[in-house]
Amino acid sequence: MAETLLELDDVHTYIGQHHILQGVTLAARRDAVTVLLGRNGAGKTTTMRTIVGLLQPARGSIRLEGRPIHGLKPYEIARRGIGFVPEGQGIFATLTVDENLRLARLGDDAEAHARLARVLELFPDLERFRAARAGTLSGGQKQMLSIARALVNPNRLLLVDEPSKGLAPIVIEHLVEALRAMKAHATVLLVEQNFAMAQALADDFYLIDDGRTVHHGPMAALVADDALKKRYLGI
Amino acid sequence: MRRAAPAVLVLGLALLPLAAIEPRVYLTLTIAGLAMGMLIFLVAAGLTLIFGLMDVLNFAHGALFSWGAYAGFTALVLLNERLGWAEAPSVALNVLLLLVGVAAAMAAGLVLGVVLERVIVRPVYGRHMFQILITLGATIVLEELIRIGWGPNDQVMPVPFTFQGSWDLADVIVLRVPVVAIVLGLGVYAAIAFVLGRTRVGLIVRAGVENGEMVQVLGHNIHRYFTGVFAAGSALAGLGGLMWAIFSQSVRPAMGGEQLIFAFIVVIIGGLGSVTGSLLGSLIVGLSYNYVAFLVPKAAIGVNMALMVVILLLRPAGLFGSGK
Repeated sequence: MAETLLELDDVHTYIGQHHILQGVTLAARRDAVTVLLGRNGAGKTTTMRTIVGLLQPARGSIRLEGRPIHGLKPYEIARRGIGFVPEGQGIFATLTVDENLRLARLGDDAEAHARLARVLELFPDLERFRAARAGTLSGGQKQMLSIARALVNPNRLLLVDEPSKGLAPIVIEHLVEALRAMKAHATVLLVEQNFAMAQALADDFYLIDDGRTVHHGPMAALVADDALKKRYLGI
Repeated sequence: MRRAAPAVLVLGLALLPLAAIEPRVYLTLTIAGLAMGMLIFLVAAGLTLIFGLMDVLNFAHGALFSWGAYAGFTALVLLNERLGWAEAPSVALNVLLLLVGVAAAMAAGLVLGVVLERVIVRPVYGRHMFQILITLGATIVLEELIRIGWGPNDQVMPVPFTFQGSWDLADVIVLRVPVVAIVLGLGVYAAIAFVLGRTRVGLIVRAGVENGEMVQVLGHNIHRYFTGVFAAGSALAGLGGLMWAIFSQSVRPAMGGEQLIFAFIVVIIGGLGSVTGSLLGSLIVGLSYNYVAFLVPKAAIGVNMALMVVILLLRPAGLFGSGK
């Protein structure tokens, strides 16, 4: 078994008075794709936002390569090598595609420029619309931009929240390709409602229900377990 | 075409009064209006960035305007009393005096702005009601401090010799101070446009106006930029105060509060967070105020309110607003 890159241990998070995460424990293996599954409102997005520091956990620990990152500011966590592709893309609509990418690029050395060039090779549409305002892109292109933005830094871990949401099936096919490319660069923690897509990409799964991780294992085991799928995912 | 609409609107509004005003008077009013617009812009530019980027309603911006005016006033008075720089018929000395005044005004605004942001604004991020109350409180304290330090009465602002009086251009009287104000305002706009449009800091600030949370997740310490923008905006308020004092040839402890109303109107007309919107908004307010004050003096302030209502009805997010 490969070593663990990201580890959450009994994480509790509140949003206002609401106790949303009530004990999330998970371990993401290095260079693998781990998918978080669960019904709407189970706490998947809250888990992601807690990892990147936008929400502070009230209890529990979050470790990256064994070192605690909970309690750090979001920008400090990002600089530890965690890229975030949020739900709804989080791109800057009034900035151009190029500006979105430059904003994300933290280094300014030759290596950073070379990496940006490689990312643009991966997404020819972005190269084509580099000078266009990001707000004018299609839904799929916006999602590609959001993913590309997470790839321009040498991130060790990429958190991707519901990338297929609201996209047409044909676009999702391209997206799966992009995410496969992502997998070659870093460890991926994915939240995904689209089970077919999760199945195509993930190595491991975690099931979240009512703010707790209730099951985990290799993705293949979940695919074969109809009772588990029906109970927690309704499929 | 849609993007050009606000500029067309300004031009249209500027030409409309020609129907009722004699051309030479019109030209004088236009220059006065442009100057007033530029002075309002100095105040509004900081306000719109602070509001747009940090979502902070800073009512103390007006007090920083007053402090800038008094700091510049003090510098000009001292240098004139000791060295006679304001009265000297030397362009170099007069310009140098103005620059020293500008530096003093901006430094006063900057220092007070940073203290305000660190001490009273930071604890109330995200809470508008508290922001309004605490910055209004700060305004009262800062204004009273001016009364303690400089006295409660109006004082006469010394105007450097070179900038007194007017130029006579083909029978049109062109006052010098307004021209200085217009040049300064354009310079400030160009500087802000350069920083926002061409530098990495500007890129981060523009992105922060749109989505501050995401900027942080991309690895940028947005709070550092918040403080920087607050400081720059405050320095501009101080500069606006000094220029207004020279324009009106007087300083008063409450001068900032009066200008703040115009600045808020401008920020709303232009669209929150948009510097170009603020510039056009300022010019609209400055021009319409001067034309209407000439034609129907009693309606001068009312017309600005009416303009704001009409523009908001047509474009609820303001001329250049992103609709945030």
